[in-house]
Amino acid sequence: MRKSFRNRGFLPGFGMTMGYTIIYLSLLVLIPLSVLFLKASTMSWEQFIGTIMDTRVLASIRVSIMTSFFAACLNAVFGVLVAWVLVRYQFAGKRIIDGIVDLPFALPTAVGGIALTSIYAENGWIGQYLAEWGIKVAYTPIGIWVALTFIGLPFVVRTVQPVLQDWDLQMEEAAATLGATRWNTFWRVVLPHLLPAIITGFALAFARALGEYGSVVFISGNMPLKTEIVPLLIMTKLEQFDYAGATAIATVMLVISFIMLLIINYLQWKINKFDAAR
Amino acid sequence: MAGCSAAAPAETGNGAAGSNSTVELLNVSYDPTREFYQDINKEFALEWQQKTGQTVTIKQSHGGSGKQSRSVIDGLEADVVTLALAYDIDAIAERGLIPADWQKKLSDNSSPYTSTIVFLVRKGNPKQIKDWDDLIKPGIAVITPNPKTSGGARWNYLAAWGYALKTNGGDEAKAQEFVAQLFKNVPVLDSGARGSTTTFVERGIGDVLIAWENEAYLAVNELGKDKFEIVNPSLSILAEPPVTIVDKYADKHKTKEAAEAYLQFLYSKKGQELAAKHYYRPRSQEVLKAHTPAFPDIQLFTIDELFGGWTKAQKTHFADQGVFDQLYKP
Repeated sequence: MRKSFRNRGFLPGFGMTMGYTIIYLSLLVLIPLSVLFLKASTMSWEQFIGTIMDTRVLASIRVSIMTSFFAACLNAVFGVLVAWVLVRYQFAGKRIIDGIVDLPFALPTAVGGIALTSIYAENGWIGQYLAEWGIKVAYTPIGIWVALTFIGLPFVVRTVQPVLQDWDLQMEEAAATLGATRWNTFWRVVLPHLLPAIITGFALAFARALGEYGSVVFISGNMPLKTEIVPLLIMTKLEQFDYAGATAIATVMLVISFIMLLIINYLQWKINKFDAAR
Repeated sequence: MAGCSAAAPAETGNGAAGSNSTVELLNVSYDPTREFYQDINKEFALEWQQKTGQTVTIKQSHGGSGKQSRSVIDGLEADVVTLALAYDIDAIAERGLIPADWQKKLSDNSSPYTSTIVFLVRKGNPKQIKDWDDLIKPGIAVITPNPKTSGGARWNYLAAWGYALKTNGGDEAKAQEFVAQLFKNVPVLDSGARGSTTTFVERGIGDVLIAWENEAYLAVNELGKDKFEIVNPSLSILAEPPVTIVDKYADKHKTKEAAEAYLQFLYSKKGQELAAKHYYRPRSQEVLKAHTPAFPDIQLFTIDELFGGWTKAQKTHFADQGVFDQLYKP
């Protein structure tokens, strides 16, 4: 099927709106990001490799990716649970809980980070009990994980919620009539349908966590090779007026996140096709 | 547009021509000077009004010293900068906004007030911390920010280094070993000085906080004399936070005269008194003597005598693959 580039919809003004879209994206996304590459290109190839292959930089990339991944995983599981409860049940205070989900969006993340640190530090409300069990949260990778889970929470909930809302209950009823158990119905009928939304939410939470700075610097303890995240190293370089070094690391992160998003988009596309084929 | 900062078009030097005009200055400073400059601005505006009849308003901008320096480089049009270390102003000078010899323009290395590095410990000093040597003992948790991200922390690091150097007869290897040992005792490396203070004070982590003297006083006065006390080491560094005019922008705004007077005011008796009030060590011996109980006698060395100035210290110690990166391997 061939689609013409200029598809005449019933709303007028494609030329204007397309032009606006391009300019808007250029000013806000494309030009700033290409400056990043430009700045990094002031380094020689050896300098660039030297900067990003530094043991501290590699360690921080590992810490950032691992903690972001696990945070997104946790959110993928419990975000679905939260969305499920919010869509399927009626209870007092539902609207308030629905609103609370968005708080990590609205809050300056530094505030979230300070609050989490004070609670999970060894003398904090929760931290003191965990310390009795020998679990240290603040100033360890676990602390980073907690902070990144906090800032990623709304993504999964807000992508899964509308899909659940549109879901036709008759499908579940049909499954039940055909003798499926409740668990089977969820596992075989509901979950596959939700999967694209969950993966989108996961990807968004993951990408967001990779770049998170404010909430993590307070809870991580910033120990080199152990709890240093990539954005902190970028700040470190800037603090030494090493703009090129900072952008080199930023470029690597940009490429990594872009590849991740591509993979996840591809997965989603596969699942959609599989879904449509059934 | 020009009206926001320009005085009368023809400034005559004695201020008579500007008798009915206003002038606005932007002071880009670092974090803990906020309250100090609020006091300075009020007093200076009063004095300037009496002298010239001109109304001066001074806007303040605060943040980490390095970040503030970058803002000015990237186009924040500061008339004066008052930062935590000369290296941050050198960086501005490198971009041609300030002449390279800026530090010679005002007396005392262009630092009208100074400070030093002291220890803050918990009340009663349970771990008996008296001097730098106690910080490297096993089992002592030391709180200091990361010298790679915090200008204040670079002073802490150099103070420790200088102490080790002086007590070991100038042996660089021993100094490096000492500082490496010290950083092994650091459980949390905050990105800024205020973060470290919070970690020590609010989170209850660590036995000793390495801090600027004025910050230590603020912590004690605001958070309780019953909880913390200050320990003065036998030997420490003379921290000289420098000030200067950003010539390029002051010329552009035609505010040079007021900006110069503003910085000179920091050296005046009144300015020195205010510095002492905010626990910065005044340069004026007279004012210092009047406040001696607050500023105990600590033997102080300067960064120029032990490290050959900021640019060199920065390059040797804090640049990537520098001494700090080598010694700090947890």
